[in-house]
Amino acid sequence: MIPAFVPLKILRYGFRKKYPAERFIPPAKDLKKSYDVVIIGGGGHALACAYYLAHTHGITNVCVLERGYLAGGNTARNTAIIRSNYLTPEGVRFYEQSLKLYREFSQELDFNILYSERGHFTLAHTDAAVRTSRWRAEVNKQLGVNSELIYPDEIARLCPHLNMSDKVRYPIMGALYHPPGSIARHDAVAWAYARGAAKLGVEIHQQTPVTKILVENGTVKGVETPRGTVYANRVMQAVAGNTSMVAKMAGFRLPIRTIPLQACVSVPLKPFLDQIVVSGSLHVYVSQSSRGELVMGGSTDPYGLYSTRSTLDFKEGLLGHMLELLPMLGEVKVLRQWAGMTDMTPDFSPIMGLTPVKNYYIDSGWGTWGFKATPVCGMTMAHTIANDSPHDLIKPFYLDRFVEYAQVGEKGAASVGH
Amino acid sequence: MKIMNCPLNGPRNISEFVWGGEVKPMPDPAATSDQDWAEWLFLENNEAGIVREWWCHVPTSFWFIAERNTVTDEILKTYPAGDVFKSRVDFAAKAEKQS
Repeated sequence: MIPAFVPLKILRYGFRKKYPAERFIPPAKDLKKSYDVVIIGGGGHALACAYYLAHTHGITNVCVLERGYLAGGNTARNTAIIRSNYLTPEGVRFYEQSLKLYREFSQELDFNILYSERGHFTLAHTDAAVRTSRWRAEVNKQLGVNSELIYPDEIARLCPHLNMSDKVRYPIMGALYHPPGSIARHDAVAWAYARGAAKLGVEIHQQTPVTKILVENGTVKGVETPRGTVYANRVMQAVAGNTSMVAKMAGFRLPIRTIPLQACVSVPLKPFLDQIVVSGSLHVYVSQSSRGELVMGGSTDPYGLYSTRSTLDFKEGLLGHMLELLPMLGEVKVLRQWAGMTDMTPDFSPIMGLTPVKNYYIDSGWGTWGFKATPVCGMTMAHTIANDSPHDLIKPFYLDRFVEYAQVGEKGAASVGH
Repeated sequence: MKIMNCPLNGPRNISEFVWGGEVKPMPDPAATSDQDWAEWLFLENNEAGIVREWWCHVPTSFWFIAERNTVTDEILKTYPAGDVFKSRVDFAAKAEKQS
């Protein structure tokens, strides 16, 4: 039996002034008349950019404007997978840098993001997919990324839960194995950057939508909000999902379609699945979170929509394939479902850097690959804004690549079957 | 499942259809510049609201036009492409003119 005074002791400890609850972001102040940099959007990418502007480039007169609440968009709606085993050298270099930053993240920002290295399988069910896996493995190795093609015996040894039978619609023929593949607590990533940025003097304003972007003679001058006009030397937008709408206010169009991406989690189960299992052909990805829930996602919706509704069609398709891979989940219930709005580009690569409007920068085209890029986007966009010139890592992702027919075809993206 | 009204086949499950993207006026392929062609090909209005789009009923390969609200996920109207496009684009004649 617990002695009666124990709860009292805990209560007394809780009320002690010595350890006050930390406030991550200072309470909102009035907006200033002008800033050096205004960032439209308050998700992971925007906050990371604000942090690196202040931390690396010493630009602290920065204002982050978020329409809703911090990290309430796609930062909260992804499946938290981090990997760098892409197909194009441009993509691999970029995401590998992100993975390195993620590894150091908890130390650098003094914030536990529950970074957990799991190993990542991309299953291949056809000869074509085996070929692409080998192609990806070779590109990866060339660039120093730990990635290899493995066959069914090795897959069964590493992940014994997978159904390796050939009595299914799409038997497993091989897998691209990427040991550094990881998961992390996605909200913590945004909060850590928000706290880090706020400590260095960045102002974060939630519930402050941008209603108009002021452009004079092709140069951005500032933005209008319901709380007043804010002038800025430089403005960046990082609002994946609503990218086209915000860019329209600045006066240009983009090769982006807004398409929902749905996901769901199961009830919590005892830890059994170490690895992250992905199948491009079956449009499934699954990993087990630190809470024990199976986090499951699939391909983007079949048509564009500005909505985060969920559909039964999606779950029927996804879970049918899931049961083929992990048949013992037949009695497991789905606990939560949600959707995010993705920026799909024709070549499955992001659109980052300069825009037709001077001093106006863009971080967009985040389809199904945005969360894993959060730190590197912050780092490279901060560099781009500070120097008014794109960072080397994002040069291939410039907007004009479409009219110059220089696309970066990223078949390693999660939503692409091959 | 969501139902879409195909102008040729009547109401069918949405899974039978493929989304073809915005209806955009095509520039004359023989006269246009590479840049204008790329802009027509890639740039999207990506409207939040009522849009006019190409859709295809896959089992019958029938392409038609749908008007749809991209915020509420409602299909407002579907009709054959012939209601909008009155004449065929004669690619052969245009290619000849170019050479």
